[in-house]
Amino acid sequence: MIAIPNTVAKPVSRFRYILDRRDVLGSLFVAPAILYVLLLVGIPFLLAVYYAVSAYSIYDPSWDFVGLDNFQDILEDPVFLETLTNTFIFTFGSQTLGLVLGKFGALLLLRPFPGRKFVRAMIILPWAVPVALATVAWQWMFDSLYSVINWTLIAAGFIDRSDAPNWLGDPHLAMLSVIVVNGWRFFPFAIVIFLAGITAVPQDVVDAATVDGAGFWRRNYQIILPMILPIMAIGLIFGIVFTFTDLSIVFLMTMGGPIGATSVLGYKGFQVGIVSGDVAHGAAISLFMLPVLLVVVVAMLRFIRRREI
Amino acid sequence: MPPTAARSTVAKAAREVSFYGAVTFFFVLAAFPFYWMVITSFKNNSDLYDLANIPFWFNDPPTLEHFHYLFEQTLFVTWLLNSLIIGLCVVAITLVAALPAGYSLARMTGRNGEALGIGIFLTYLVPPTLLFLPLSRVVAELGLQNSMWSLVVVYPTFTIPFCTWLMMGFFKSMPPEIEEAAVVDGCSLFGAFIKMAIPLSLPGILTVVIFTFTLTLQEFVYALTFISSSDQKPITLGVATDLIRGDIYYWGEIMAGALLASIPVAIAYNIFLDRFIAGITGGAVK
Repeated sequence: MIAIPNTVAKPVSRFRYILDRRDVLGSLFVAPAILYVLLLVGIPFLLAVYYAVSAYSIYDPSWDFVGLDNFQDILEDPVFLETLTNTFIFTFGSQTLGLVLGKFGALLLLRPFPGRKFVRAMIILPWAVPVALATVAWQWMFDSLYSVINWTLIAAGFIDRSDAPNWLGDPHLAMLSVIVVNGWRFFPFAIVIFLAGITAVPQDVVDAATVDGAGFWRRNYQIILPMILPIMAIGLIFGIVFTFTDLSIVFLMTMGGPIGATSVLGYKGFQVGIVSGDVAHGAAISLFMLPVLLVVVVAMLRFIRRREI
Repeated sequence: MPPTAARSTVAKAAREVSFYGAVTFFFVLAAFPFYWMVITSFKNNSDLYDLANIPFWFNDPPTLEHFHYLFEQTLFVTWLLNSLIIGLCVVAITLVAALPAGYSLARMTGRNGEALGIGIFLTYLVPPTLLFLPLSRVVAELGLQNSMWSLVVVYPTFTIPFCTWLMMGFFKSMPPEIEEAAVVDGCSLFGAFIKMAIPLSLPGILTVVIFTFTLTLQEFVYALTFISSSDQKPITLGVATDLIRGDIYYWGEIMAGALLASIPVAIAYNIFLDRFIAGITGGAVK
Protein backbone atom coordinates (compact mmCIF):
# COMPACT_ATOMS: atom_id res chain seq x y z
CA MET A 1 0.00 0.00 0.00
CA ILE A 2 2.82 2.34 0.77
CA ALA A 3 4.63 1.36 -2.40
CA ILE A 4 1.99 2.86 -4.69
CA PRO A 5 2.79 6.54 -4.11
CA ASN A 6 6.46 5.74 -4.68
CA THR A 7 5.90 4.16 -8.08
CA VAL A 8 3.68 7.07 -9.06
CA ALA A 9 6.24 9.60 -7.98
CA LYS A 10 9.09 8.03 -9.95
CA PRO A 11 7.85 8.57 -13.53
CA VAL A 12 6.89 12.14 -12.63
CA SER A 13 10.38 12.91 -11.47
CA ARG A 14 11.89 11.26 -14.55
CA PHE A 15 9.58 13.37 -16.70
CA ARG A 16 10.74 16.45 -14.85
CA TYR A 17 14.31 15.40 -15.22
CA ILE A 18 13.95 15.17 -19.00
CA LEU A 19 12.21 18.52 -19.15
CA ASP A 20 15.03 20.02 -17.16
CA ARG A 21 17.63 19.09 -19.71
CA ARG A 22 18.36 22.25 -21.64
CA ASP A 23 18.83 20.54 -25.00
CA VAL A 24 15.70 18.37 -24.71
CA LEU A 25 13.41 21.20 -23.69
CA GLY A 26 15.08 23.39 -26.30
CA SER A 27 14.21 20.94 -29.08
CA LEU A 28 10.67 20.51 -27.76
CA PHE A 29 10.21 24.28 -27.73
CA VAL A 30 11.37 24.78 -31.27
CA ALA A 31 9.59 21.71 -32.69
CA PRO A 32 6.10 23.19 -33.29
CA ALA A 33 7.45 26.12 -35.30
CA ILE A 34 9.75 23.89 -37.36
CA LEU A 35 6.99 21.33 -37.98
CA TYR A 36 4.56 24.01 -39.12
CA VAL A 37 7.10 25.48 -41.50
CA LEU A 38 8.20 22.07 -42.82
CA LEU A 39 4.63 20.90 -43.40
CA LEU A 40 3.27 24.07 -44.97
CA VAL A 41 6.31 25.63 -46.62
CA GLY A 42 8.86 22.84 -47.12
CA ILE A 43 6.59 20.14 -48.50
CA PRO A 44 4.50 22.52 -50.64
CA PHE A 45 7.72 23.89 -52.07
CA LEU A 46 8.81 20.39 -53.13
CA LEU A 47 5.32 19.83 -54.48
CA ALA A 48 5.64 23.01 -56.55
CA VAL A 49 8.88 21.70 -58.02
CA TYR A 50 7.22 18.39 -58.83
CA TYR A 51 4.20 20.09 -60.42
CA ALA A 52 6.57 21.91 -62.73
CA VAL A 53 7.89 18.64 -64.18
CA SER A 54 4.50 16.90 -64.31
CA ALA A 55 1.43 17.12 -66.51
CA TYR A 56 -0.84 18.04 -63.60
CA SER A 57 -3.89 20.21 -64.20
CA ILE A 58 -7.17 20.56 -62.33
CA TYR A 59 -8.93 18.76 -65.19
CA ASP A 60 -6.43 15.96 -65.34
CA PRO A 61 -4.86 15.50 -61.91
CA SER A 62 -2.28 13.02 -63.09
CA TRP A 63 1.22 12.77 -61.70
CA ASP A 64 2.87 11.86 -64.98
CA PHE A 65 6.45 12.92 -65.17
CA VAL A 66 7.11 14.98 -68.29
CA GLY A 67 10.61 16.24 -67.52
CA LEU A 68 11.41 19.71 -68.69
CA ASP A 69 8.64 19.85 -71.31
CA ASN A 70 6.73 22.51 -69.39
CA PHE A 71 9.76 24.76 -69.24
CA GLN A 72 10.34 24.24 -72.93
CA ASP A 73 6.71 25.16 -73.75
CA ILE A 74 7.03 28.28 -71.66
CA LEU A 75 10.32 29.43 -73.13
CA GLU A 76 9.00 28.98 -76.66
CA ASP A 77 6.18 31.39 -75.90
CA PRO A 78 7.21 34.94 -76.86
CA VAL A 79 4.60 36.34 -74.46
CA PHE A 80 6.39 34.67 -71.58
CA LEU A 81 9.71 36.26 -72.51
CA GLU A 82 7.94 39.61 -72.42
CA THR A 83 6.63 38.72 -68.95
CA LEU A 84 10.14 37.89 -67.78
CA THR A 85 11.47 41.22 -69.10
CA ASN A 86 8.53 43.04 -67.53
CA THR A 87 9.31 41.50 -64.16
CA PHE A 88 12.88 42.79 -64.27
CA ILE A 89 11.79 46.24 -65.45
CA PHE A 90 9.10 46.39 -62.77
CA THR A 91 11.54 45.34 -60.02
CA PHE A 92 14.44 47.51 -61.15
CA GLY A 93 12.28 50.57 -61.81
CA SER A 94 10.35 50.54 -58.58
CA GLN A 95 13.36 49.68 -56.39
CA THR A 96 15.41 52.49 -57.93
CA LEU A 97 12.55 54.93 -57.48
CA GLY A 98 12.01 53.75 -53.89
CA LEU A 99 15.70 53.97 -53.00
CA VAL A 100 16.20 57.46 -54.44
CA LEU A 101 13.08 58.79 -52.73
CA GLY A 102 14.04 56.90 -49.56
CA LYS A 103 17.55 58.34 -49.42
CA PHE A 104 16.38 61.94 -49.85
CA GLY A 105 13.45 61.49 -47.51
CA ALA A 106 15.76 60.10 -44.83
CA LEU A 107 18.15 63.06 -45.18
CA LEU A 108 15.20 65.42 -44.68
CA LEU A 109 13.84 63.57 -41.65
CA LEU A 110 17.26 63.50 -39.96
CA ARG A 111 17.05 67.23 -39.27
CA PRO A 112 14.79 68.23 -36.37
CA PHE A 113 11.96 70.58 -37.34
CA PRO A 114 8.57 71.38 -35.83
CA GLY A 115 6.04 68.68 -36.66
CA ARG A 116 8.66 66.10 -37.67
CA LYS A 117 6.92 63.28 -35.81
CA PHE A 118 3.65 63.98 -37.60
CA VAL A 119 5.36 64.22 -41.00
CA ARG A 120 7.14 60.93 -40.35
CA ALA A 121 3.87 59.27 -39.35
CA MET A 122 2.24 60.40 -42.60
CA ILE A 123 5.23 59.40 -44.74
CA ILE A 124 5.07 55.85 -43.30
CA LEU A 125 1.49 55.42 -44.56
CA PRO A 126 2.16 54.06 -48.06
CA TRP A 127 4.09 51.17 -46.59
CA ALA A 128 1.86 50.57 -43.56
CA VAL A 129 -1.53 50.49 -45.26
CA PRO A 130 -2.52 47.14 -46.86
CA VAL A 131 -1.13 47.17 -50.37
CA ALA A 132 -4.42 46.17 -51.98
CA LEU A 133 -6.24 49.13 -50.43
CA ALA A 134 -3.58 51.69 -51.35
CA THR A 135 -3.56 50.23 -54.86
CA VAL A 136 -7.29 50.74 -55.37
CA ALA A 137 -6.84 54.38 -54.33
CA TRP A 138 -4.21 54.75 -57.06
CA GLN A 139 -6.41 52.90 -59.51
CA TRP A 140 -9.06 55.54 -58.88
CA MET A 141 -6.48 58.30 -59.29
CA PHE A 142 -5.50 56.78 -62.66
CA ASP A 143 -9.14 56.36 -63.76
CA SER A 144 -9.55 56.76 -67.51
CA LEU A 145 -12.19 59.47 -67.16
CA TYR A 146 -12.14 60.88 -63.63
CA SER A 147 -8.38 60.79 -63.02
CA VAL A 148 -7.46 63.55 -60.59
CA ILE A 149 -3.97 63.60 -62.12
CA ASN A 150 -5.37 64.33 -65.57
CA TRP A 151 -7.76 66.90 -64.13
CA THR A 152 -4.82 68.75 -62.58
CA LEU A 153 -2.74 68.56 -65.76
CA ILE A 154 -5.67 69.88 -67.82
CA ALA A 155 -6.45 72.65 -65.32
CA ALA A 156 -2.78 73.67 -65.32
CA GLY A 157 -2.89 73.84 -69.11
CA PHE A 158 -0.26 71.17 -69.77
CA ILE A 159 -2.55 68.95 -71.80
CA ASP A 160 -5.90 69.10 -73.51
CA ARG A 161 -8.87 66.97 -72.46
CA SER A 162 -8.95 65.38 -75.91
CA ASP A 163 -5.45 63.92 -75.55
CA ALA A 164 -5.47 63.23 -71.81
CA PRO A 165 -3.34 60.14 -71.11
CA ASN A 166 -5.12 56.87 -70.43
CA TRP A 167 -2.74 55.77 -67.69
CA LEU A 168 -3.74 52.14 -67.40
CA GLY A 169 -4.81 51.70 -71.02
CA ASP A 170 -1.53 52.56 -72.74
CA PRO A 171 1.18 49.85 -72.58
CA HIS A 172 4.05 52.18 -71.62
CA LEU A 173 2.04 54.36 -69.26
CA ALA A 174 0.56 51.26 -67.59
CA MET A 175 4.06 49.94 -66.84
CA LEU A 176 5.06 53.38 -65.58
CA SER A 177 1.95 53.46 -63.37
CA VAL A 178 2.56 50.10 -61.68
CA ILE A 179 6.23 51.04 -61.17
CA VAL A 180 5.24 54.36 -59.60
CA VAL A 181 2.74 52.69 -57.27
CA ASN A 182 5.23 50.05 -56.16
CA GLY A 183 8.05 52.58 -55.76
CA TRP A 184 5.66 54.78 -53.81
CA ARG A 185 4.75 51.86 -51.57
CA PHE A 186 8.41 50.95 -51.00
CA PHE A 187 10.01 54.36 -50.34
CA PRO A 188 8.81 54.79 -46.72
CA PHE A 189 10.37 51.41 -45.95
CA ALA A 190 13.61 52.62 -47.55
CA ILE A 191 13.41 55.79 -45.44
CA VAL A 192 13.08 53.94 -42.14
CA ILE A 193 15.87 51.55 -43.14
CA PHE A 194 18.16 54.47 -44.03
CA LEU A 195 17.24 56.24 -40.80
CA ALA A 196 17.91 53.15 -38.72
CA GLY A 197 21.30 52.82 -40.42
CA ILE A 198 22.31 56.47 -40.20
CA THR A 199 21.35 56.88 -36.54
CA ALA A 200 23.44 53.78 -35.77
CA VAL A 201 26.57 55.47 -37.14
CA PRO A 202 28.57 56.75 -34.14
CA GLN A 203 28.49 60.54 -34.02
CA ASP A 204 32.21 60.81 -33.10
CA VAL A 205 33.17 59.17 -36.39
CA VAL A 206 31.18 61.81 -38.28
CA ASP A 207 32.62 64.56 -36.07
CA ALA A 208 36.17 63.34 -36.62
CA ALA A 209 35.62 63.40 -40.39
CA THR A 210 34.24 66.95 -40.14
CA VAL A 211 37.28 68.07 -38.14
CA ASP A 212 39.50 66.50 -40.79
CA GLY A 213 37.81 68.69 -43.37
CA ALA A 214 35.28 66.32 -44.99
CA GLY A 215 32.38 68.24 -46.52
CA PHE A 216 28.72 67.23 -46.68
CA TRP A 217 28.98 64.95 -49.73
CA ARG A 218 32.23 63.37 -48.60
CA ARG A 219 30.82 62.64 -45.16
CA ASN A 220 27.74 61.15 -46.78
CA TYR A 221 29.31 58.98 -49.43
CA GLN A 222 32.70 58.07 -47.99
CA ILE A 223 31.93 57.79 -44.29
CA ILE A 224 28.23 57.16 -43.68
CA LEU A 225 27.28 55.19 -46.79
CA PRO A 226 29.86 52.39 -46.34
CA MET A 227 28.83 52.05 -42.70
CA ILE A 228 25.14 51.67 -43.46
CA LEU A 229 25.67 49.39 -46.45
CA PRO A 230 24.79 46.12 -44.65
CA ILE A 231 21.51 47.44 -43.25
CA MET A 232 20.69 48.92 -46.68
CA ALA A 233 21.39 45.56 -48.26
CA ILE A 234 18.89 43.88 -45.98
CA GLY A 235 16.27 46.48 -46.81
CA LEU A 236 16.94 46.08 -50.51
CA ILE A 237 16.74 42.28 -50.27
CA PHE A 238 13.27 42.56 -48.76
CA GLY A 239 12.32 45.05 -51.46
CA ILE A 240 13.58 42.88 -54.30
CA VAL A 241 12.02 39.65 -53.04
CA PHE A 242 8.61 41.19 -52.48
CA THR A 243 8.63 43.13 -55.74
CA PHE A 244 9.96 40.38 -57.96
CA THR A 245 7.22 38.04 -56.75
CA ASP A 246 4.43 40.59 -56.50
CA LEU A 247 0.94 39.88 -57.74
CA SER A 248 -1.43 42.30 -56.00
CA ILE A 249 -0.51 45.61 -57.63
CA VAL A 250 -0.58 44.28 -61.18
CA PHE A 251 -3.69 42.18 -60.55
CA LEU A 252 -5.68 45.12 -59.17
CA MET A 253 -4.48 47.87 -61.47
CA THR A 254 -4.02 46.39 -64.93
CA MET A 255 -4.75 42.64 -64.88
CA GLY A 256 -1.43 42.29 -66.67
CA GLY A 257 -2.71 44.36 -69.55
CA PRO A 258 -3.01 46.10 -71.84
CA ILE A 259 -2.07 43.11 -74.05
CA GLY A 260 0.37 41.68 -71.53
CA ALA A 261 2.33 44.92 -71.20
CA THR A 262 2.42 44.74 -67.40
CA SER A 263 2.24 40.97 -66.97
CA VAL A 264 4.83 39.86 -64.40
CA LEU A 265 5.86 36.38 -63.22
CA GLY A 266 3.60 36.37 -60.15
CA TYR A 267 0.60 37.43 -62.19
CA LYS A 268 1.33 35.03 -65.03
CA GLY A 269 1.70 32.12 -62.60
CA PHE A 270 -1.63 33.03 -61.05
CA GLN A 271 -3.33 33.40 -64.41
CA VAL A 272 -2.09 30.08 -65.80
CA GLY A 273 -1.99 27.98 -62.62
CA ILE A 274 -5.05 29.16 -60.70
CA VAL A 275 -7.43 30.86 -63.15
CA SER A 276 -6.84 28.53 -66.12
CA GLY A 277 -6.16 25.49 -63.93
CA ASP A 278 -3.00 24.49 -65.79
CA VAL A 279 -1.16 23.80 -62.54
CA ALA A 280 1.93 22.28 -64.15
CA HIS A 281 2.69 25.24 -66.40
CA GLY A 282 1.75 27.70 -63.65
CA ALA A 283 4.20 26.07 -61.27
CA ALA A 284 6.92 26.10 -63.91
CA ILE A 285 6.34 29.83 -64.46
CA SER A 286 6.52 30.52 -60.72
CA LEU A 287 9.75 28.55 -60.47
CA PHE A 288 11.43 31.10 -62.72
CA MET A 289 11.49 33.31 -59.62
CA LEU A 290 13.72 30.84 -57.85
CA PRO A 291 17.13 31.76 -59.34
CA VAL A 292 16.63 35.40 -58.39
CA LEU A 293 15.44 34.46 -54.91
CA LEU A 294 18.44 32.19 -54.42
CA VAL A 295 20.89 34.91 -55.41
CA VAL A 296 19.17 37.30 -53.02
CA VAL A 297 19.15 34.81 -50.16
CA VAL A 298 22.84 33.97 -50.61
CA ALA A 299 23.64 37.67 -50.63
CA MET A 300 21.66 38.11 -47.42
CA LEU A 301 23.42 35.24 -45.67
CA ARG A 302 26.79 36.66 -46.63
CA PHE A 303 25.89 40.04 -45.18
CA ILE A 304 24.65 38.51 -41.96
CA ARG A 305 27.85 36.50 -41.62
CA ARG A 306 30.04 39.48 -42.31
CA ARG A 307 28.33 41.51 -39.61
CA GLU A 308 28.68 38.81 -37.01
CA ILE A 309 32.39 38.23 -37.40
CA MET B 1 30.51 93.26 -43.37
CA PRO B 2 26.79 94.13 -43.83
CA PRO B 3 26.61 92.90 -47.46
CA THR B 4 28.05 89.46 -46.57
CA ALA B 5 25.71 89.24 -43.58
CA ALA B 6 22.78 90.07 -45.82
CA ARG B 7 23.95 87.54 -48.38
CA SER B 8 24.27 84.80 -45.80
CA THR B 9 20.79 85.65 -44.49
CA VAL B 10 19.42 85.31 -48.01
CA ALA B 11 21.30 82.05 -48.51
CA LYS B 12 19.98 80.75 -45.20
CA ALA B 13 16.42 81.74 -46.08
CA ALA B 14 16.76 80.03 -49.45
CA ARG B 15 18.03 76.90 -47.75
CA GLU B 16 15.12 76.93 -45.32
CA VAL B 17 12.61 77.43 -48.12
CA SER B 18 14.03 74.60 -50.18
CA PHE B 19 14.15 72.35 -47.11
CA TYR B 20 10.51 72.91 -46.23
CA GLY B 21 9.62 72.70 -49.91
CA ALA B 22 11.20 69.25 -50.06
CA VAL B 23 9.45 68.16 -46.85
CA THR B 24 6.13 69.33 -48.30
CA PHE B 25 6.80 67.40 -51.50
CA PHE B 26 7.37 64.17 -49.56
CA PHE B 27 4.40 64.80 -47.33
CA VAL B 28 2.05 65.34 -50.27
CA LEU B 29 3.50 62.40 -52.21
CA ALA B 30 2.94 60.00 -49.30
CA ALA B 31 -0.37 61.31 -48.02
CA PHE B 32 -2.25 62.41 -51.14
CA PRO B 33 -3.74 58.99 -52.04
CA PHE B 34 -5.14 58.81 -48.50
CA TYR B 35 -6.49 62.36 -48.69
CA TRP B 36 -8.07 61.23 -51.92
CA MET B 37 -9.69 58.26 -50.14
CA VAL B 38 -11.16 60.58 -47.51
CA ILE B 39 -12.46 63.12 -50.03
CA THR B 40 -13.96 60.46 -52.29
CA SER B 41 -15.65 58.57 -49.48
CA PHE B 42 -17.49 61.65 -48.17
CA LYS B 43 -18.52 63.10 -51.53
CA ASN B 44 -21.93 62.48 -53.05
CA ASN B 45 -22.01 60.84 -56.46
CA SER B 46 -23.13 63.86 -58.48
CA ASP B 47 -20.17 65.80 -57.10
CA LEU B 48 -17.82 62.85 -57.61
CA TYR B 49 -18.67 62.22 -61.24
CA ASP B 50 -18.84 65.82 -62.50
CA LEU B 51 -15.74 66.79 -64.47
CA ALA B 52 -16.57 70.50 -64.20
CA ASN B 53 -16.12 70.41 -60.42
CA ILE B 54 -12.79 71.02 -58.76
CA PRO B 55 -12.07 67.53 -57.39
CA PHE B 56 -9.89 68.49 -54.42
CA TRP B 57 -12.65 69.56 -52.09
CA PHE B 58 -16.41 69.37 -51.56
CA ASN B 59 -18.57 71.21 -54.08
CA ASP B 60 -21.69 69.73 -52.50
CA PRO B 61 -21.91 69.25 -48.74
CA PRO B 62 -20.14 66.09 -47.45
CA THR B 63 -22.33 63.02 -47.12
CA LEU B 64 -22.32 59.70 -45.26
CA GLU B 65 -24.27 57.91 -48.01
CA HIS B 66 -21.31 55.75 -49.05
CA PHE B 67 -20.74 54.61 -45.48
CA HIS B 68 -24.46 53.85 -45.08
CA TYR B 69 -24.43 51.86 -48.28
CA LEU B 70 -21.26 50.05 -47.23
CA PHE B 71 -22.67 48.95 -43.88
CA GLU B 72 -26.24 48.27 -44.98
CA GLN B 73 -26.10 47.03 -48.57
CA THR B 74 -22.78 45.19 -48.73
CA LEU B 75 -21.04 42.42 -46.79
CA PHE B 76 -18.61 44.90 -45.26
CA VAL B 77 -19.50 43.96 -41.66
CA THR B 78 -19.07 40.27 -42.50
CA TRP B 79 -15.62 40.95 -44.00
CA LEU B 80 -14.70 42.94 -40.91
CA LEU B 81 -15.70 40.04 -38.66
CA ASN B 82 -13.95 37.50 -40.90
CA SER B 83 -10.74 39.50 -40.69
CA LEU B 84 -11.09 39.76 -36.94
CA ILE B 85 -11.61 36.01 -36.53
CA ILE B 86 -8.78 35.15 -38.92
CA GLY B 87 -6.49 37.63 -37.20
CA LEU B 88 -7.21 36.36 -33.68
CA CYS B 89 -6.79 32.68 -34.63
CA VAL B 90 -3.53 33.35 -36.46
CA VAL B 91 -2.27 35.39 -33.49
CA ALA B 92 -3.05 32.46 -31.16
CA ILE B 93 -1.32 29.88 -33.41
CA THR B 94 1.66 32.19 -33.91
CA LEU B 95 2.12 32.83 -30.19
CA VAL B 96 1.96 29.13 -29.29
CA ALA B 97 4.61 28.28 -31.89
CA ALA B 98 6.82 31.38 -31.97
CA LEU B 99 7.22 32.18 -28.24
CA PRO B 100 8.84 28.88 -27.20
CA ALA B 101 10.73 28.68 -30.49
CA GLY B 102 12.18 32.16 -30.06
CA TYR B 103 13.09 31.40 -26.47
CA SER B 104 14.69 28.10 -27.37
CA LEU B 105 16.74 29.63 -30.20
CA ALA B 106 17.90 32.46 -27.97
CA ARG B 107 18.73 30.46 -24.84
CA MET B 108 18.78 26.71 -25.26
CA THR B 109 20.21 25.63 -28.57
CA GLY B 110 23.54 27.45 -28.70
CA ARG B 111 25.39 27.72 -32.04
CA ASN B 112 22.90 25.47 -33.84
CA GLY B 113 20.13 27.78 -32.69
CA GLU B 114 21.69 30.65 -34.59
CA ALA B 115 21.75 28.72 -37.87
CA LEU B 116 18.28 27.32 -37.23
CA GLY B 117 16.97 30.81 -36.52
CA ILE B 118 18.35 32.11 -39.82
CA GLY B 119 16.85 29.08 -41.57
CA ILE B 120 13.40 29.72 -40.12
CA PHE B 121 13.64 33.39 -40.97
CA LEU B 122 14.56 32.65 -44.58
CA THR B 123 11.26 30.82 -45.07
CA TYR B 124 9.65 34.23 -44.53
CA LEU B 125 11.19 35.14 -47.88
CA VAL B 126 9.57 32.25 -49.78
CA PRO B 127 6.90 34.15 -51.70
CA PRO B 128 3.18 33.32 -51.78
CA THR B 129 3.26 33.34 -55.57
CA LEU B 130 5.58 30.32 -55.46
CA LEU B 131 3.53 28.40 -52.90
CA PHE B 132 -0.06 29.18 -53.81
CA LEU B 133 -0.42 26.31 -56.28
CA PRO B 134 0.65 23.48 -53.94
CA LEU B 135 -1.02 25.16 -50.97
CA SER B 136 -4.34 25.35 -52.76
CA ARG B 137 -4.04 21.56 -53.13
CA VAL B 138 -3.29 21.26 -49.39
CA VAL B 139 -6.26 23.48 -48.63
CA ALA B 140 -8.48 21.30 -50.81
CA GLU B 141 -7.24 18.12 -49.08
CA LEU B 142 -8.19 19.68 -45.76
CA GLY B 143 -11.67 20.39 -47.13
CA LEU B 144 -11.18 24.12 -46.63
CA GLN B 145 -11.41 25.35 -50.20
CA ASN B 146 -13.32 28.60 -50.48
CA SER B 147 -13.41 29.03 -46.71
CA MET B 148 -11.78 31.66 -44.56
CA TRP B 149 -10.40 28.89 -42.32
CA SER B 150 -7.94 28.07 -45.10
CA LEU B 151 -6.30 31.44 -44.33
CA VAL B 152 -6.09 30.55 -40.63
CA VAL B 153 -4.08 27.48 -41.66
CA VAL B 154 -1.90 29.22 -44.24
CA TYR B 155 -1.11 32.63 -42.68
CA PRO B 156 1.06 31.19 -39.87
CA THR B 157 3.49 30.05 -42.59
CA PHE B 158 4.79 33.62 -42.72
CA THR B 159 3.82 34.92 -39.27
CA ILE B 160 5.60 32.11 -37.37
CA PRO B 161 9.01 32.65 -39.05
CA PHE B 162 8.77 36.39 -38.68
CA CYS B 163 7.66 36.33 -35.05
CA THR B 164 10.11 33.59 -34.04
CA TRP B 165 12.87 35.86 -35.33
CA LEU B 166 11.40 38.87 -33.51
CA MET B 167 11.08 36.98 -30.21
CA MET B 168 14.55 35.48 -30.57
CA GLY B 169 16.00 38.98 -30.75
CA PHE B 170 13.87 40.06 -27.83
CA PHE B 171 14.86 37.18 -25.54
CA LYS B 172 18.51 37.69 -26.47
CA SER B 173 18.32 41.28 -25.27
CA MET B 174 17.01 40.16 -21.85
CA PRO B 175 19.51 39.30 -19.09
CA PRO B 176 19.40 35.52 -18.46
CA GLU B 177 20.27 35.93 -14.74
CA ILE B 178 16.65 36.22 -13.63
CA GLU B 179 15.65 32.82 -15.07
CA GLU B 180 18.90 31.30 -13.84
CA ALA B 181 18.15 32.54 -10.33
CA ALA B 182 14.67 31.00 -10.56
CA VAL B 183 16.17 27.65 -11.62
CA VAL B 184 18.65 27.78 -8.75
CA ASP B 185 15.71 28.41 -6.43
CA GLY B 186 14.16 25.10 -7.52
CA CYS B 187 12.08 26.17 -10.48
CA SER B 188 12.11 23.85 -13.50
CA LEU B 189 13.40 25.21 -16.81
CA PHE B 190 9.87 25.07 -18.14
CA GLY B 191 8.62 26.89 -15.04
CA ALA B 192 11.27 29.57 -15.46
CA PHE B 193 10.07 30.13 -19.03
CA ILE B 194 6.39 30.36 -18.00
CA LYS B 195 6.80 32.28 -14.75
CA MET B 196 9.79 34.48 -15.50
CA ALA B 197 10.59 34.84 -19.21
CA ILE B 198 7.03 35.33 -20.48
CA PRO B 199 5.93 38.02 -18.03
CA LEU B 200 9.20 39.88 -18.54
CA SER B 201 8.84 39.82 -22.32
CA LEU B 202 5.30 41.23 -22.46
CA PRO B 203 6.38 44.24 -24.59
CA GLY B 204 7.88 41.81 -27.12
CA ILE B 205 4.76 39.66 -27.05
CA LEU B 206 2.60 42.72 -27.63
CA THR B 207 4.70 43.61 -30.68
CA VAL B 208 4.25 40.09 -32.01
CA VAL B 209 0.50 40.24 -31.50
CA ILE B 210 0.14 43.58 -33.25
CA PHE B 211 2.38 42.64 -36.16
CA THR B 212 0.80 39.25 -36.69
CA PHE B 213 -2.57 40.93 -36.80
CA THR B 214 -1.48 43.62 -39.25
CA LEU B 215 0.31 41.06 -41.45
CA THR B 216 -2.94 39.10 -41.74
CA LEU B 217 -4.81 42.29 -42.64
CA GLN B 218 -2.25 43.19 -45.31
CA GLU B 219 -2.15 39.78 -46.98
CA PHE B 220 -3.83 39.66 -50.34
CA VAL B 221 -2.41 36.90 -52.57
CA TYR B 222 -3.49 33.83 -50.57
CA ALA B 223 -6.90 35.33 -49.88
CA LEU B 224 -7.37 36.01 -53.58
CA THR B 225 -6.26 32.50 -54.50
CA PHE B 226 -8.25 30.47 -51.97
CA ILE B 227 -11.48 32.40 -51.54
CA SER B 228 -14.11 33.27 -54.09
CA SER B 229 -17.36 33.39 -52.06
CA SER B 230 -18.11 36.94 -51.01
CA ASP B 231 -19.18 36.03 -47.48
CA GLN B 232 -15.88 34.27 -46.73
CA LYS B 233 -13.60 37.11 -47.78
CA PRO B 234 -11.39 39.04 -45.38
CA ILE B 235 -11.76 42.80 -45.42
CA THR B 236 -8.85 43.67 -47.73
CA LEU B 237 -9.98 41.24 -50.42
CA GLY B 238 -13.63 42.16 -50.02
CA VAL B 239 -13.08 45.90 -50.40
CA ALA B 240 -10.65 45.54 -53.29
CA THR B 241 -12.59 43.00 -55.37
CA ASP B 242 -16.18 42.78 -54.25
CA LEU B 243 -17.48 46.34 -54.62
CA ILE B 244 -17.39 46.14 -58.40
CA ARG B 245 -20.50 45.21 -60.38
CA GLY B 246 -19.55 44.18 -63.88
CA ASP B 247 -17.55 47.13 -65.12
CA ILE B 248 -18.89 49.61 -62.60
CA TYR B 249 -16.67 50.53 -59.68
CA TYR B 250 -18.46 51.87 -56.61
CA TRP B 251 -15.65 54.34 -55.94
CA GLY B 252 -17.30 56.08 -52.99
CA GLU B 253 -17.92 52.76 -51.23
CA ILE B 254 -14.52 51.31 -52.18
CA MET B 255 -12.70 54.35 -50.80
CA ALA B 256 -14.85 54.37 -47.65
CA GLY B 257 -14.08 50.70 -47.03
CA ALA B 258 -10.37 51.16 -47.77
CA LEU B 259 -10.26 54.09 -45.38
CA LEU B 260 -11.91 52.19 -42.52
CA ALA B 261 -9.66 49.16 -42.99
CA SER B 262 -6.49 51.25 -43.31
CA ILE B 263 -6.81 53.36 -40.18
CA PRO B 264 -6.12 50.70 -37.52
CA VAL B 265 -3.17 49.27 -39.47
CA ALA B 266 -1.69 52.73 -40.01
CA ILE B 267 -1.92 53.54 -36.29
CA ALA B 268 -0.43 50.19 -35.23
CA TYR B 269 2.49 50.60 -37.62
CA ASN B 270 3.32 54.05 -36.41
CA ILE B 271 3.33 53.01 -32.76
CA PHE B 272 5.39 49.86 -33.28
CA LEU B 273 7.58 51.02 -36.15
CA ASP B 274 10.87 51.09 -34.25
CA ARG B 275 10.37 47.58 -32.88
CA PHE B 276 9.46 46.35 -36.34
CA ILE B 277 12.66 47.74 -37.87
CA ALA B 278 14.69 46.34 -34.99
CA GLY B 279 12.99 43.00 -35.66
CA ILE B 280 13.86 42.97 -39.35
CA THR B 281 17.42 44.19 -38.99
CA GLY B 282 18.15 43.62 -35.28
CA GLY B 283 18.63 39.88 -35.34
CA ALA B 284 20.97 40.26 -38.29
CA VAL B 285 22.66 43.59 -37.65
CA LYS B 286 23.56 44.16 -34.07
